[in-house]
Amino acid sequence: MAKITKNIDEVTIRFAGDSGDGMQLTGGQFTTATAFVGNDLATMPDYPAEIRAPAGSLAGVSSFQINFGATEIRTPGDQSDCLVVMNPAALKVYLKKLREGGSIIANADNFNEKNLRLAAYESNPLQNDSLGRYQVYSVEISKLTQNALKDLNLSPKIVDRTKNFFALGLTYWMYNRPMEPTLKWIKEKFAGKEDIIEANTRVLKAGHAYGETTEIFTVRFEVAPAQLPPGRYRSITGNEATAWGLMAAAKRANLELFLGSYPITPASEILQELSKYKNYGVKTFQAEDEIAGITSAIGASYGGALGATNTSGPGLALKTEAMGLAVMLELPLIIIDVQRGGPSTGLPTKTEQADLLQAVYGRNGEAPIPVFAACSPTDCFDTTFEAARIALKYMTPVIVLTDGYIANGAEPWLIPRISELPDLSPTFVTNLEGFAPYKRDPQTLARMWAIPGTPGLEHRIGGLEKENITGNISYDPDNHHLMITTRAEKINNITNDIPPAKLVGDESGDLLVVSWGSTYGAVHNAVETKRNEGLSVSHLHLKYINPLQKNIGEILKNFKQILVPEINLGQLIKILRDKYLVDAVGFNLVRGLPFSAVEIENKIDEMIKRG
Amino acid sequence: MNTIPIYTTKDFQSDQDVRWCPGCGDYSILAQTQRVFPDLGIPKEKTVFVSGIGCSSRFPYYMITYGFHGIHGRAAAIASGLKIAHPDLSVWVATGDGDGMSIGGNHFIHACRRNTGLKILLFNNQIYGLTKGQFSPTSLQGQVTKSTPFGNIDHPFNPLSLALGAQATFVSRTLDRDPKHMQTVIKRAAAHNGTAFVEIYQNCNVFNDGAFELWTEKDSKDDNVVVLENGKPLIFGKNKDKGIRLNGFTPEVVSLIDGKYTTSDLILHDEKDPMLAFILAGMSGIQNLPRPVGVVYAVEKSTYEQLMQNQIDDITTKKGIGDLEKLFNRGETWEVK
Repeated sequence: MAKITKNIDEVTIRFAGDSGDGMQLTGGQFTTATAFVGNDLATMPDYPAEIRAPAGSLAGVSSFQINFGATEIRTPGDQSDCLVVMNPAALKVYLKKLREGGSIIANADNFNEKNLRLAAYESNPLQNDSLGRYQVYSVEISKLTQNALKDLNLSPKIVDRTKNFFALGLTYWMYNRPMEPTLKWIKEKFAGKEDIIEANTRVLKAGHAYGETTEIFTVRFEVAPAQLPPGRYRSITGNEATAWGLMAAAKRANLELFLGSYPITPASEILQELSKYKNYGVKTFQAEDEIAGITSAIGASYGGALGATNTSGPGLALKTEAMGLAVMLELPLIIIDVQRGGPSTGLPTKTEQADLLQAVYGRNGEAPIPVFAACSPTDCFDTTFEAARIALKYMTPVIVLTDGYIANGAEPWLIPRISELPDLSPTFVTNLEGFAPYKRDPQTLARMWAIPGTPGLEHRIGGLEKENITGNISYDPDNHHLMITTRAEKINNITNDIPPAKLVGDESGDLLVVSWGSTYGAVHNAVETKRNEGLSVSHLHLKYINPLQKNIGEILKNFKQILVPEINLGQLIKILRDKYLVDAVGFNLVRGLPFSAVEIENKIDEMIKRG
Repeated sequence: MNTIPIYTTKDFQSDQDVRWCPGCGDYSILAQTQRVFPDLGIPKEKTVFVSGIGCSSRFPYYMITYGFHGIHGRAAAIASGLKIAHPDLSVWVATGDGDGMSIGGNHFIHACRRNTGLKILLFNNQIYGLTKGQFSPTSLQGQVTKSTPFGNIDHPFNPLSLALGAQATFVSRTLDRDPKHMQTVIKRAAAHNGTAFVEIYQNCNVFNDGAFELWTEKDSKDDNVVVLENGKPLIFGKNKDKGIRLNGFTPEVVSLIDGKYTTSDLILHDEKDPMLAFILAGMSGIQNLPRPVGVVYAVEKSTYEQLMQNQIDDITTKKGIGDLEKLFNRGETWEVK
């Protein structure tokens, strides 16, 4: 039977299976192959908090979604076009995220009585007509894998572990992806274990050949390369980009990078990533707790390093007092909060935007800290670098907000040239003449930075209120007011040092959708769709939350309605209302999931209709 | 080569008004520190005092060195970051029993364990002074304080045992009323390669006056304090007529004049013996045993910052100095034209 090749612009695939089925690895390999083709892409892993939930259970399902295309891709996709499921539980959990008419590739061998029961299926969905609205490919993946390896004399356990490569090979065939990057990866990963290399290679190829030769597959898809700006690209996750952003900033500042950290989901990868680079002027310190994570970083900054700490919401709460200390000391410090579902332990592996007010306001006393938010995996690099620029120039801690969604997600990254990034080198005071610890640069209001080891500049700083200029302890009421307002002014002044906000769409109209952080992609897509339909809607995305860009007030004035979608109960909206007295409307869904573009589109329709 | 200037005590005395209560034991600690610092051979600009919160933690303001007055309990953590980032600095921590053992207990034990080259001076006055008289983790059971009007029911920490249990490599005790002894101990701590812990019995004459008088006052101290000296037997008493011997694992006081025991029966102090260190530290708080002061334990062990530097050197030798540009372009990349 002849196979047909269809050209399509964009596809979303989800690989889902038990935690032990290797779905993250499968997704990662598919991502590499897709990047290799030159598609634009975005990915989203979704996995349980438990390391090993009971096999076959609904709680133990792990999945990886990738959206790729010939056009610009901004989200990992709302609904999947193709769902690869390794067991019934995976089908149960993710079927509702499969679009109507989408394809299901199921490992039929795992749809046995026990697994069906664990997934609460009364009968086998592959064998009744419950999946009539989808294109179901029921494939005996386990058996086919065993057949491919039967002469290799491997244990059944090892054989079973390779079955994800069968699914991968089959999807490579279906979406016309090259096998070479994965074959190369297998060789490197299992170097020295010839039998494992042989097994994985065979199974991958068997999956591919199965698509080619079996009659049930009649259509394969072609997705042309995307028109991305020219240059060299790689795939990068948000956490990797954050780590590399810190390294790039330290490099361009000629400083040693010091990360004080305590493991916490979903931020730990930043610590793990940086711990690899000891020969790059990076020191990582896994501290005894979150507080030691930040205070050690403050100590390192005091000594003239670029101090940084990374955490998630609960850790940010623990670091609160130390952030106030950094404000008082006026030392550069980068605080990265990879947000997750809260409050308390909340949903550690799920995403949320509910730390915004904690970041902006959550400290004792008047303790202003700049807060910047990254909007995508690659933007984590830019945002972190920008945070370092501001921290060093203004002698201030800066908070970078990312979240689990973009931290774990990946997309192609146009690799920058280090030498073309801005120079962030600070000036350390070395001359006693005119030195006072709290003497300020008249323009930035940044205080002088003299580091231990500099002869003659021995001085004392601390968390008690400082006397203006001298830095001596002062309880003077007027001095306190002066210092409070000076610190606030210093942070507000940063608004003069950041670019004005840019709108997508017209400068005035019926509706402005304002987003921040990781909702960028979904909002952008939704606004684009609605503009194409002729609606008068524009999009304003905020990277700078504190201080806000200068022209925000002006922009807000020109729209009849303002919509603020957030994965919280309305936090940015409070800041906008407070600052600009605007009658903005919130759109708030707090499910541990990113918004889908469709959800935003429906809300836009509702707002426009209401008028 | 840069030579270190010759300093005097005055070179370390800052112009700030010292604001401890008149008669406070802290004055002695400050004075002894300022007195020994010229002898340490450390350039002034390479010295940093880091503190937390409490009376003790005002210390950095009174020394002309670099100083960092942190937040409650966190001095050891701040100092650790500083020392790791800049191993060439001499980093001192001034802390108290509340600051260091209570709110900062976690940082304290880990600073001991890691052996991060910090010099930790613990001003132990068995009370919260700056918050005006609540009990601390070293307050005695039964002690009446502002927050224990019916007597303290907490079991106190023994700082020496705590430090030993946390794998500290240098554990010592001295007294605010014995300047010479304190100077010796501080010098030893300064010379130690690794985290050095110095517990200082410090009298708070306002909220816990006389807490240590048995061991500090002229008429009682000789019979109640045993001064530890490495390689020497544990002898004490006004007339050097008493000693400590081990009965099994239990130390006991014996007379050296009744003919039953001679100095050869006594414990010979060995600073490198970890088991003996636990026994000596454990003597605190046991009735009828004198309080040991001096260096209880001192061993050489690799420091955290040195081990980190070794790793950096090792990896740099193997892989060369990292090139970010190369790193970013390593692995799977592709060109878009």
